[in-house]
Amino acid sequence: MARLIGEVILDLQNVSLSFGGVNALVDISFDVREHEVRAIIGPNGAGKSSMLNVINGVYRPQAGEIILRGEHFRQMNPYKAACAGIARTFQNIALFKGMSVLDNIMTGRNLKMKANIFQQAFWMGAAQREELEHRAKVEEIIDFLEIQHIRKTPVGRLPYGLQKRVDLARALAMEPQILLLDEPMAGMNIEEKQDMSRFILDVNDQMGTTIVLIEHDMGVVMDVSDRVVVLDYGKKIGDGSPDEVRGNPEVISAYLGASH
Amino acid sequence: MIYRENGQFKTSYAADQQIFPILQDRWAILGILVFAFVAVPLLADEYMFRAILIPFLILSLAALGVNLLVGYCGQITLGAGAFMAVGAYAAYNFFIRVDGMPLIGALLLGGFTSAAVGVVFGVPSLRVRGLYLAVATLAAQFFWDWAFLRIKWFTNYSSSGSVSVSNLSLFGFPVESPTEKYLFCLAVLVVFALLAKNMTRGAIGRQWMAIRDMDVAAEVIGIRPMYAKLSAFAVSSFFLGVAGGLWGFVHLGAWEPAAFSLDRSFQLLFMVIIGGLGSIMGSFFGAAFIVILPIFLNQMLPWLGDLVGVSISTAGVSHAEIMIFGALIVFFLIVEPHGIARLWSTAKEKLRLWPFPH
Ligand SMILES: Nc1ncnc2c1ncn2[C@@H]1O[C@H](COP(=O)(O)OP(=O)(O)O)[C@@H](O)[C@H]1O
Ligand SMILES: [Mg+2]
Repeated sequence: MARLIGEVILDLQNVSLSFGGVNALVDISFDVREHEVRAIIGPNGAGKSSMLNVINGVYRPQAGEIILRGEHFRQMNPYKAACAGIARTFQNIALFKGMSVLDNIMTGRNLKMKANIFQQAFWMGAAQREELEHRAKVEEIIDFLEIQHIRKTPVGRLPYGLQKRVDLARALAMEPQILLLDEPMAGMNIEEKQDMSRFILDVNDQMGTTIVLIEHDMGVVMDVSDRVVVLDYGKKIGDGSPDEVRGNPEVISAYLGASH
Repeated sequence: MIYRENGQFKTSYAADQQIFPILQDRWAILGILVFAFVAVPLLADEYMFRAILIPFLILSLAALGVNLLVGYCGQITLGAGAFMAVGAYAAYNFFIRVDGMPLIGALLLGGFTSAAVGVVFGVPSLRVRGLYLAVATLAAQFFWDWAFLRIKWFTNYSSSGSVSVSNLSLFGFPVESPTEKYLFCLAVLVVFALLAKNMTRGAIGRQWMAIRDMDVAAEVIGIRPMYAKLSAFAVSSFFLGVAGGLWGFVHLGAWEPAAFSLDRSFQLLFMVIIGGLGSIMGSFFGAAFIVILPIFLNQMLPWLGDLVGVSISTAGVSHAEIMIFGALIVFFLIVEPHGIARLWSTAKEKLRLWPFPH
């Protein structure tokens, strides 16, 4: 691979998050380097999704710090995270059900669209031009993910695998620097998984996007990721290259041994 | 002509993003506009204008406003009537207190006032949703009902509490006869429908629908719920305010606060539910339905009664009306939440494939 893994761009330090009595994350630290594919693994309920939610500000941790490109944050909020170039997909697909595939992906361009409400209401030059420019960009993404044939379909009517792909398309439309993927291949068949792995690697390779990936399929994780962090009951029990993690006895007993 | 988009390949995204991408639809809309602007004024009589057409046009505008908020942005409102009232009374005060204020200026200022009030009463939507938001908007209804009844300044200290306007004109042309009033309302509605269509197919419309469908995902994409929700309240209230102004000035001429009571709010909500949530076209269907149904029943029920030898009183007719509305609301909520507009588009889809469904 031609890509060069760079400096740390995202650094979580001693993050703790709890819901009432449930400790979802306990004193977690881990970093993400520019251009790498960073995987998060662990059994169900380990706190993986919570971690992504902390990174893009959906959840606010009670303790710890998030350092993004050298800037320190006690907690993020979703708008700030989006502006900082963090996009994500969701474990339980969170598409806009009433909208077409095209409109769903167009929402990803939201932050880049500047025409005000009056220009839009009167469909004035600026608004129209902007709509066309962004449509062109969205069509590139549609081509890239090979979903041309469904662009006008309401997302609610699509099969699960395609919905996952539209979810990715919408995130890509933000042209993010950091892409958080929450179980992008869950519930897919082998073929769909292969397609999705290919897309993820292509995004990473061609666009240089840094990727944080939650995935259960160990084969996929070993194939695509540069470094892996392992969570169990909200605690970090392993961190390193796929091979290191695979050889870590604690990880084996907590996770690999248990579920495979 | 066969209704078909086959062969109409779009060669540019601009062509694909037109308001009506299908050629036949463009012809149909043009036909409807010509019919509405040219044929109707020649054909309709005064009763038609006063009892059916003018109320239909104004309520369509109001339903559009409600639909932008409820159907597109997914917020609930039981205060639509209040925003019509704010628009009507604000327009009235601008009209009588500002020397030389033109009709259209007063109506638009009424709309803007209503928009500002809408934003204030939309603030609870940032914190609560569903039932709680419904109650908050209900408070708006009660507050403004009270204000226009009790605060005499709003009604210019008229002793009866009723206010009236006369000598309406637009750019020197009188808006007095039923035909003139009809054409004026029609022109306003066409412009506003176009604005609504533009907003809903553009970035702001996508923000509204995103908030409606999945607010967490919308936030994560960088849509600010506050901006999306409050802009929906503002635009919706603007439409309702202008519709309120038209209702008072053009349709009624003289009115009391009761013209914009809670009944009106419910009526508008029923229109968008029956017509189709999240559909511009649905707002028209809903308004037409609610305006025409009572008139239709008034004619039909006594006649049907006579046929079978029962005489149906006026009270009987109005009871039947309420029961039929109730049944239809329940039907649409359960069976087809997207209303008549969805039935219509399903029919069109079938027609598109006809006669060879594949
Ligand atoms: N919004 C929430 N409210 C309450 N508890 C939550 C919430 N989100 C996650 N949790 C709890 O936090 C723990 C970690 O959940 P999650 O991050 O979804 O795990 P994973 O993605 O690894 O399966 C679980 O015990 C879960 O029940
Ligand atoms: Mg999860």
